[in-house]
Amino acid sequence: MNIIELKNITYKYSVGTPFEAVAVDNVTLTVEKGEFCGIIGHTGSGKSTLIQHLNGLVKPTLGEVYIDGQNIWSKDTDIREIRFKAGLVFQYSEHQLFEESVYKDIAYGPKNMGLSEEETDKRVHYAAQSMGIGDELLERSPFDLSGGQKRRVALAGVIAMEPEILILDEPAAGLDPIGRESVLSRISDYHKKNGTTILLVSHSMEDIVKYAEKVLVMNKGKVFCHAPTDEVFARQDEIVGIGLDVPQITKVTMKLKEKGIDLGSDIYTVERAKERILQYKAKGSIC
Amino acid sequence: MLKDITIGQFFPGNSLIHRLDSRFKIIMDIAYVVMLFLTSNYIGLAAAGLFMILIYVMSGVGLGLVFKSLRPIMPLIAITCILNLFFIKGDGEPLVNLWGFITIYTEGITTSVFMAVRIMFLIIGMSLLTYTTSPIALTDAIERLLSPLKKLHFPVHELAMMMTIALRFIPTLIEETDKIMAAQKARGANLDTGGLIKKAKALIPVLIPLFVSAFKRANELALAMECRCYRGGEGRTRMKQLHSGAKDYIALLIMALMIAELVLLNIYVPYLGIPYITP
Ligand SMILES: Nc1ncnc2c1ncn2[C@@H]1O[C@H](COP(=O)(O)OP(=O)(O)O)[C@@H](O)[C@H]1O
Ligand SMILES: [Mg+2]
Repeated sequence: MNIIELKNITYKYSVGTPFEAVAVDNVTLTVEKGEFCGIIGHTGSGKSTLIQHLNGLVKPTLGEVYIDGQNIWSKDTDIREIRFKAGLVFQYSEHQLFEESVYKDIAYGPKNMGLSEEETDKRVHYAAQSMGIGDELLERSPFDLSGGQKRRVALAGVIAMEPEILILDEPAAGLDPIGRESVLSRISDYHKKNGTTILLVSHSMEDIVKYAEKVLVMNKGKVFCHAPTDEVFARQDEIVGIGLDVPQITKVTMKLKEKGIDLGSDIYTVERAKERILQYKAKGSIC
Repeated sequence: MLKDITIGQFFPGNSLIHRLDSRFKIIMDIAYVVMLFLTSNYIGLAAAGLFMILIYVMSGVGLGLVFKSLRPIMPLIAITCILNLFFIKGDGEPLVNLWGFITIYTEGITTSVFMAVRIMFLIIGMSLLTYTTSPIALTDAIERLLSPLKKLHFPVHELAMMMTIALRFIPTLIEETDKIMAAQKARGANLDTGGLIKKAKALIPVLIPLFVSAFKRANELALAMECRCYRGGEGRTRMKQLHSGAKDYIALLIMALMIAELVLLNIYVPYLGIPYITP
């Protein structure tokens, strides 16, 4: 079943001023329930704008958005219901923290949903635990935490709403390698455990290939391709062509191919590269 | 969205209006206001309007923007209109007379139309100053125009610097407000409905993060300025000097002629004048 369906979405910023700009250009897209989709593209390719369509924060200039089969801009849709269904975490989400304690901040979303104290409490603890926020942090002020901790609190604030779709805009941006890993692997674990549909926007190909099952490549406001990771990487030359980075290991195998050692064009993890190199050696060729 | 507010924005360009010396532009902006308030008849008002449109066309700033800039002050215009409509008493019979205490006279209608048009011209014309002048040029000009006050130990430079910084950060703050509002809406915040107190309470999750980041930014900026040895206006020179030339004096002369023309119109065409509006 398709949980997200976008039909010919176009979005323009600042219509009628000299700054008018097309950010999303005639995008048609479907996302299946339970999919972990990585979204990648240049800065300014329209990723952030696109995902804000999914919970009705921006209204498409043209086109229709269906969430769970429901047209979100039809008259009888309550847009707040959609926002609870499609939880969106913004880039640098730690800027949204405002409560006096971590607990209260995570509880803000569930409270807005009108949940009971009991249910809220349960969800806050579950969300905090999923994001690796220990109980001892819950009573601290969110402003006293480290950058990585703040980020995870902000994520927990959205996860606590238990949305069916979790949309994350560069959740690891600006964190150190350990912080990145701790955020991304927790999101991946959460996906595995709860089967939530996840859309993960990222700059880094390495992160996407490590966690996502499908990849959506955006280029200049258009969908360049949306396919399983393998298929996308079969087109690695085109991806390099539109100026996107590929994982380092892919760069290595591309160079090897130029030198006549073809290990296949679907390599984007070190494990697979190792496998192929061993196969290649077993066949008794150079290397 | 908040971003659609255009008052005070700068639209870079290279028109003659953009290139005029910013000091002259400020003086002409003030002269324009004076001119509008001196006018007391329709011909004068129309002349001022035509003059303004001509300058807009020269500046290359789209007229679509003009209407956008008017939207926030529409309530003000409406109130002015209504007050004038009901409270101005004319000499003849009232046009409308409801139960003896709500009366509308012809004079009331003409006055309120005149006032509304005048306020619109005022806003549209004054907006052009910021549309065509970069914030830096604007504050430079203010500093230069106010510099005589330095003799009275008035902190002119500091004031100008504060204005520059404030102007520079308005778009940043607006953008940030937009972002934080969107983030809280994504968590189900209800910012638009409910009574006044409920609305004010709903703003807390927006205001706190906004203040936190504004203070942080101010702190960082102060540090960065100190690192580059900023220590106030004493002995400070500029990279870009303001230069005035023939075009600026000509523009000023045209402005003066406009005012003279309107004053003459007031005197010699009084029969088209509006009672109750005296220059
Ligand atoms: N608030 C805004 N106002 C005007 N233009 C914007 C705004 N936000 C983004 N844009 C423009 O829309 C395009 C897409 O931006 P965005 O969706 O943020 O891309 P990405 O997230 O892929 O970097 C860019 O060209 C950007 O300049
Ligand atoms: Mg972005």
